[in-house]
Amino acid sequence: MKKLFALLLAVAFVMMPVASGFAAEADEIEALRGTTLYVYNWGEYISDGADGSLDVIREFENRYGIDVVYDTFDNNETMYSKLKSGGVTYDIVIPSDYMIERMIAEDMLEKLDYSNIPNYKYIPEKYRMLGHDPKDQYSVPYTVGMVGLIYNKTMVSEAPTSWKALWDKNLTGGILMFNNPRDAFAIAQSILGMDYNMESETAWKVAAELLKEQKVVSPSYVSDEVFNMMEAGEAALAPYYAGDFLSMQENNPDLDLVYPDEGVNFFVDSMCILKGTQNKLAAELFINYMLEPEIALANAEYICYASPHTEVYSNPEYSYYENEILYPEDGRFKTQNFLNLKPETLALMSSLWDDVKNHIPDSDSSNYDFFFGDGELGKADGTVMTPEAWSYVVYIGIFVAICLAYVIFRYARKKYREKV
Amino acid sequence: MSNRSSLGSKLIAAPYIVWSVLFIVAPLIFVVYYSFTTADGSFTLANMQELGKYAPTFLRSIWFGIVATLICLVIAFPLAYFISQKTDKVQRTLVMLVMLPMWMSFLIRTYSWMALLQDTGIINGFLSKLGIDPVHMINTPGAVILGMVYNFLPYMIMPIYSVMAKLDYSMVEACQDLGGNRLTVVRRCIIPMSMPGVISGITMVFVPSVSTFYISQKLGGGSFDLIGDVIERQFQQSYNYNLGAAISLVLMVLILICMAVMNRFTEEEEGMVI
Repeated sequence: MKKLFALLLAVAFVMMPVASGFAAEADEIEALRGTTLYVYNWGEYISDGADGSLDVIREFENRYGIDVVYDTFDNNETMYSKLKSGGVTYDIVIPSDYMIERMIAEDMLEKLDYSNIPNYKYIPEKYRMLGHDPKDQYSVPYTVGMVGLIYNKTMVSEAPTSWKALWDKNLTGGILMFNNPRDAFAIAQSILGMDYNMESETAWKVAAELLKEQKVVSPSYVSDEVFNMMEAGEAALAPYYAGDFLSMQENNPDLDLVYPDEGVNFFVDSMCILKGTQNKLAAELFINYMLEPEIALANAEYICYASPHTEVYSNPEYSYYENEILYPEDGRFKTQNFLNLKPETLALMSSLWDDVKNHIPDSDSSNYDFFFGDGELGKADGTVMTPEAWSYVVYIGIFVAICLAYVIFRYARKKYREKV
Repeated sequence: MSNRSSLGSKLIAAPYIVWSVLFIVAPLIFVVYYSFTTADGSFTLANMQELGKYAPTFLRSIWFGIVATLICLVIAFPLAYFISQKTDKVQRTLVMLVMLPMWMSFLIRTYSWMALLQDTGIINGFLSKLGIDPVHMINTPGAVILGMVYNFLPYMIMPIYSVMAKLDYSMVEACQDLGGNRLTVVRRCIIPMSMPGVISGITMVFVPSVSTFYISQKLGGGSFDLIGDVIERQFQQSYNYNLGAAISLVLMVLILICMAVMNRFTEEEEGMVI
């Protein structure tokens, strides 16, 4: 009799319309009340209640009584370094595709229990089982997007169609460039028709040479500053994420975006749970909550990035419904995904990026005409001591010589006076 | 008795000793350890060998540091002298004005310079109103050095001023009694006597200028690296602690050499009869 009653009670619980549709028992969710969840996300990457939007974190706290400690990072590499160096523990982290693959390979992520994330049904086939998480075990897509070329209509004579515009000498000083190696190299690789995930050392070096030639047009290497600079009309061209372009365009209608012919990077930022989480169930509850149609819509409206959520992008009330920038027709242009690179390739890329950043163009060794004309390969002799570096040697030398001469003079004078 | 007082003095120093062991000595040991190991912890000299290609960056940083320090010195010395000649009340106000910018975050101040120096920025906006052609200022070495001078100038003014404020004016009077005019007084009394302040000012400006990274990224547009940028990138982006530590170590050694040489000469200087 008692057993039967218990069974009935259990059935009643299951039948009860749990607000979230969460598969775990309601009392399990209830037990999470008062616990804390640590979330690590990109900056400006969640609807936070500004300008009348929904405060997604606050709403979650109110609904489930779980405290959320929310921190932000500004690029995948920073996030990785911080997690790797220890000292911080998070439950949820939202990295990009290639970083997820790397973190899976390094055993930093916890497998998800998808039965606790019933809202995963809103993620369509085409965003599932992507290269970075081929078996769909670790990640749930949060946003997707592409890199485009943003330009200021008043500052270019005609709309650019190619990434090569970023090397255009007529726009010298008005060009911005990614200040992170992966995105910057992807642009060079697109121009050269290379694979973003190539392993050939020579190929990476060629791409680096192309990036060095960009110094001829003295680009500014920026990350978040791109917003201010493009909105103020400080620069004519900037490669950046299409979603962010929409917020820039709101402040400066002269801006436009094009997806260059050579192809662009398509990326997915996904929610993952970190190994060592103390609150896995709450983390899954959070992921499920983020996929709820009204929450996902609020986030998509706020972030302006494309959403991989069927109930968002097919909702006619969504501000970016059928927006051509965010949701271009499939196959209109070439896209490539980032995958995790081997440690050697990563080290090579970092090292080459240092070279690019340190490169000072000089006409003798320039390969500009080789890449963009019919010129021959420049006389690059691989020396690190460029004329600029030598000029510093001379300056410092003169300075030291003057100091030395003065000291010797004082010393001699002292001796002389002592003698007198 | 003497034992007790030495124990007492040890106790007084204890908090700082603990602090410095934990946060200065231990990290230094880590830096040395990382410099000479690979990612998996075995001994290597590869990090040091890789440094060759950063030579131009080292040179550029050192040169920019020297220029910024000299400009700071040229501005700060007369200013410190000027302040020290005022009445106490005026001195306090002026010193506060020198310190005032430091109450704001260094990052915000540097960021504001971007808004000032941009091609469409405040200065150029003003110039265009006056009918003058805009001047390209941002993303140039000059902008970076300006940023350094602006941010580190108080570190030069304060030590020089505090030495000058306590100068022994009997020396100045003696100099005047012996028929020295104002120039002679400054040259033979004020400058030599304020040398300790100048030296610590130079140290306090040169060291952060050489190793700065934020200023060059914002005001230089990231178009040329200073050595601080390279170090920052190794830790933040490349996750190459070993190379980052190696560069830091070499930078530290270079700075130490500079300081040691300078201190040696100043010791001589102080013993000098002028």
